[in-house]
Amino acid sequence: MLKKRDDFEDILEERRRSSDLRYALRCYTPTLYRGLVPCKASMLKSIVLQSDHLQYVIKQVSSESGESTEGVSEEASLILDEMAHCLQLSTIRFFAFTLSKAFKRLFRSVCVNEEGIQRLQQAVQEHPVVLLPSHRSYMDFLMMSYLLYTYDLPLPVIAAGMDFMSMKFVGEMLRMSGAFFIRRSFGGDKLYWAVFSEYVKTMLRNGYAPIEFFLEGTRSRTCKSLTPKTGLLNIVMEPFFKGELFDVNLVPVSISYERILEESLYARELLGIPKPKESTSGLLKARRVLSEDYGSMYVYFGHPVSVRSLAEGKINRSQYNLLPRYIPQKPSADTHEFLSDAAFRLVRIQEENMVLKPWVLIATLLLQNPDGLDLSSLAEQTDWLRHLALAFGAFLDWPDHEACSEVVSCSLALHRHLLSVSAGHVQLSVTDVPQVETTPEEAVFHQAVVVLSCASYRNQILHVFLRPALLAMAMQSANSNRKDDVYNGFNFLRKVFSNEFILCPGDSVQDFEEACYLLMKRGVLQVLEHEIVMSASGHSTLAFLSSVLDPFLQGYQVVCRYLCEETNENLTEKEFIPAVRSFALKLILAGNTCYEALSSDLQKNALAAFLRLKAVRKLCLFTFLFLCHTGGKIPTQKPILARL
Amino acid sequence: MASNSSSSSAQQRLRIIAGHLQKRPEDEHASVAAQECKAETPRSNPSSAAPVPKRRQEIMKWNGWGYSDSRFLFNKKGQAEFTGKRYRLSGLILPSLKDWFEGTFGANLQHKSPATPTVNLSAVAPPNLNEPFIEDLKAAGVAASHDPEDRVFRAHGHCLHEIFALREGRIGRVPDMVVWPSCHSDVEKIVELACKHNVCLIPYGGGTSVSSALECPHEETRSIVSLDTSQMNRILWIDEKNLTAHVEAGIIGQDLERQLNEHGYCTGHEPDSMEFSSLGGWVATRASGMKKNIYGNIEDLVVHIKMVTPRGVIEKSCLGPRMSTGPDIHHFILGSEGTLGVVTEVTMKIRPIPEYQKYGSVVFPNFQQGVACLREVARQRCAPASIRLMDNEQFQFGHALKPQVSSIFMSFLDGLKKFYITKFKGFDPHHLCVATLLFEGDRGKVLQHEKQVYDIAAKFGGLAAGEDNGQRGYMLTFVIAYLRDLGMDYYVIGESFETSVPWDRVLDLCRNVKERIVRECKERGVQFPPLSTCRVTQTYDAGACVYFYFAFNYRGLSDPVHVYEQVEHAAREEILANGGSLSHHHGVGKLRKEWMKESVSGVGLGMLKSVKEYVDPQNIFGNRNLL
Repeated sequence: MLKKRDDFEDILEERRRSSDLRYALRCYTPTLYRGLVPCKASMLKSIVLQSDHLQYVIKQVSSESGESTEGVSEEASLILDEMAHCLQLSTIRFFAFTLSKAFKRLFRSVCVNEEGIQRLQQAVQEHPVVLLPSHRSYMDFLMMSYLLYTYDLPLPVIAAGMDFMSMKFVGEMLRMSGAFFIRRSFGGDKLYWAVFSEYVKTMLRNGYAPIEFFLEGTRSRTCKSLTPKTGLLNIVMEPFFKGELFDVNLVPVSISYERILEESLYARELLGIPKPKESTSGLLKARRVLSEDYGSMYVYFGHPVSVRSLAEGKINRSQYNLLPRYIPQKPSADTHEFLSDAAFRLVRIQEENMVLKPWVLIATLLLQNPDGLDLSSLAEQTDWLRHLALAFGAFLDWPDHEACSEVVSCSLALHRHLLSVSAGHVQLSVTDVPQVETTPEEAVFHQAVVVLSCASYRNQILHVFLRPALLAMAMQSANSNRKDDVYNGFNFLRKVFSNEFILCPGDSVQDFEEACYLLMKRGVLQVLEHEIVMSASGHSTLAFLSSVLDPFLQGYQVVCRYLCEETNENLTEKEFIPAVRSFALKLILAGNTCYEALSSDLQKNALAAFLRLKAVRKLCLFTFLFLCHTGGKIPTQKPILARL
Repeated sequence: MASNSSSSSAQQRLRIIAGHLQKRPEDEHASVAAQECKAETPRSNPSSAAPVPKRRQEIMKWNGWGYSDSRFLFNKKGQAEFTGKRYRLSGLILPSLKDWFEGTFGANLQHKSPATPTVNLSAVAPPNLNEPFIEDLKAAGVAASHDPEDRVFRAHGHCLHEIFALREGRIGRVPDMVVWPSCHSDVEKIVELACKHNVCLIPYGGGTSVSSALECPHEETRSIVSLDTSQMNRILWIDEKNLTAHVEAGIIGQDLERQLNEHGYCTGHEPDSMEFSSLGGWVATRASGMKKNIYGNIEDLVVHIKMVTPRGVIEKSCLGPRMSTGPDIHHFILGSEGTLGVVTEVTMKIRPIPEYQKYGSVVFPNFQQGVACLREVARQRCAPASIRLMDNEQFQFGHALKPQVSSIFMSFLDGLKKFYITKFKGFDPHHLCVATLLFEGDRGKVLQHEKQVYDIAAKFGGLAAGEDNGQRGYMLTFVIAYLRDLGMDYYVIGESFETSVPWDRVLDLCRNVKERIVRECKERGVQFPPLSTCRVTQTYDAGACVYFYFAFNYRGLSDPVHVYEQVEHAAREEILANGGSLSHHHGVGKLRKEWMKESVSGVGLGMLKSVKEYVDPQNIFGNRNLL
């Protein structure tokens, strides 16, 4: 289970020793793709506009809308101008200089697996490359470009959300450092889609630059991986499906932070305090951020995944034989399934390669003990948890040759703003208590910010415990020890939580077996032919595992209760989140549920899950009808909810 | 368009220089015919050229390609030479072949893998004879033999695995006897007797199949009779009013062409195998000829076909040039690969021998430009009789086959050309590729046509590169099969395969298939990088025919043929995934059967099966090809 992982190297070490200016001005000679068709950013635009694909769509749109083709072409050209990057080495050099300064102030170290870089160097030469970093912070793509510059790799072009572009100066800077901007939603806009997809494909086909985008679509506010989107993945795979490229290398990159810059910002956002619009002045105000210590940052470049080998036996490429390739084709059902499966697998690779710091373990324990722990007992439990996590294959960066208590106190120091430590007792709590009198509601929100911030660290390790924890929960709620019963419970929980966690569709048997295997290896369970039996010593592990998922179950329960008890027949989507939030607040004040139920992310996921399980039905665009008493799945769920 | 005019004027200059230097008498051009590339019978008595003998092994190799007297070898000095007197290359030294061979394959002349010199007759299983059939056959007066050498000769085509096994002295299931009908009615008798005695018939024409079509099915328990059509080789009549000839289907390509030439005609059908392949074989596999741009493929050339089937004779009632009488029954016969019956007589279109023929060649800076040029030529429908585009690897291969230059002056000229193209025009010798051309027709038109094609080529950066290069390109197609035998003497195995593909996919298909081959070889433990090369050999309105050569050094592999087959299989999958067809002209045989359903749909395959069921319910024509 434990995979051999590469060693890290701190790139800031070199930065602290030599001149940043010289570094920014050094000779940059990246390794290039062997099939590279050299072309400039401006030429790229004309290639895209003249492509058969775009010309076809322009004609189609023009005949449908009655507008002249010139008009539509003009529109396409404007879309492209709005979208296109204009990567310039000078901007990159500017960033190389300023980011060096910034990173050195923010981080103690930025660690990169050099073997991953070497693999990437190889991959870049062989086939066009798509970089798929995880997305936890704005830092992510700045850091990616910075690293590629550092290691003499070709600079990527990055798919970024349009919201950045509204930041006046910064938007243009990002554009010049390789970002191209896409609208958040353009579902029905054929022309937009055509321009966008052709733009990305052209860059990929010509080997112009590695394409970088975020499978998760947006920054994860909870530090859990988000359910991947497949739109862009389809675009970068299509040139292979259609035979235009021999292969495409997908490189999952896992970026993790010991302390996330946006930590409390995210927590506030989840609690409904609106996110400030991206603006340059906002960014300047965030300068305060620069004066704090954010610990280390880790970037792990995973093994390149060849699209060709992924698709082997799954995609019949001859399905594209009968239509000229420039005519856009909706992905077939097979292709769709393949894309989703591939996307999930890639996100799981990202998860597996995510470096975890000791704090993640401590945060998990502190959340499970809202009344706090003594330092000594915290150290002891952390050590226990460390061994469990390692046994389950966690990629834990634990300092060598250091006493556990030392490691714990170091971590506590870095995250002191979330904690109160007094007389050897540690507790999650609000540190900078506001002077003014607070209402109980406000106090709850203040505490919730701390809890959700802390949860974002625990969430980083959830993928390690997820499957065994689902099994632990299933065992608790199953009527018997019979394997099928346990499996059914497991499968049900898996279904309920598949919007919350990364659970590859169709992998339920594998996941179940993996969970059994891990717990058996740990001596927690005995898996017999028809039965699963808990060992005598297994109780504490199982209890720990099920309480890992407890906040989620409670949260879903709150949403469920809200839907059952509080709503009238029709509820609109807009009203849903605020209404659930105030319902949860009431329950928290009454001491009936945990703070995490306030997270809008959880609430949305719960609603999506109920919709998917057909416990809730969407009437029209904004109204829901709750089918609590008729819904097929709910009766099964009730006993489980009741049990806890 | 300054670059165009400069390149075309440069081209003109080059042509003029070449013209001055070569000083070839003008009328010699006319005698440079395609036939010159292939083996020639001695000029002195052309009409008495012997047809294919019954005992083919007397003049042809039993375990390799072509005539026994013609072969490549490395002489004591390590220089390659081609033996015999039949070809233009015969008796010549090829000084650069050794370096190319060793460099490309990592082969070494010290490491030989010689073939078994003679047939091990004891390895041939005794024939499973159907005595009553033999008796009736004797009574009917049809020549027959169950001599092991005759049988072994007809048990294979020229697939790599077939030849490889023979070279190692391994002999599998062979036909139990060979019969030589001498006319249509002989075939009728044989088929009738075969039905009566339940004997399996496998028609055998030139034996040049590369689809395992001639392999005897292992599961066949009946007596297998190879029906050798070689003695049905007469031109029965020539109709100069309608420009048709009625020919017995056993005639081989070169004899047909030579005999028609004596009357001032030709069919113009010149597949690369025309020295050995037969008319009946062409019909049975839907063959394609090099000069199809003028004359058409076999399906365009036939006017009337007569085939003997177990149900009787199938033929049309008239010689009308086109009919609307339901689906064309010829298309059940064309490509039936010997599963329905024996083609005995064919009426074919003929044309007067063209007044003038001229080779040519164009060098392009890269393959992309070359393909773009061919596409444009096809768009303008001005393709010469033949136009072929070789990729860079094949261009270098062609260079390795340059015979020793006779004079210092010629070698100086070669150097000058090379300098001009690579240094002056800036072509990268590792990317440039060459198109070979053959023009045919009356002189004025040929010259006009030539100009048109060269003008198009110039638009795509092409430079005229002389007639010699063109002619050598065509010669290559006739000797390449001999070269495989040379490779096999030194641990190198290889083969060719082909496909047809729409124009917009040509480049992608070529690149992906070549890369797939390289990758598969590596994955399967081939120690040295393979030769993986292609050329575009035919242009059509809607696409092109692409031909791949693939060879590798198999030292260190325990089962090279298996590795070869796996790689070829993967390459075919890649072709199909890239929008290529299962075959352009080699046919399906048994080698590509597994993809038939995918290629023609289940209903399509069912249609073909039901025809087979009606025509041959006893499966007398039991070679199990195609379906």
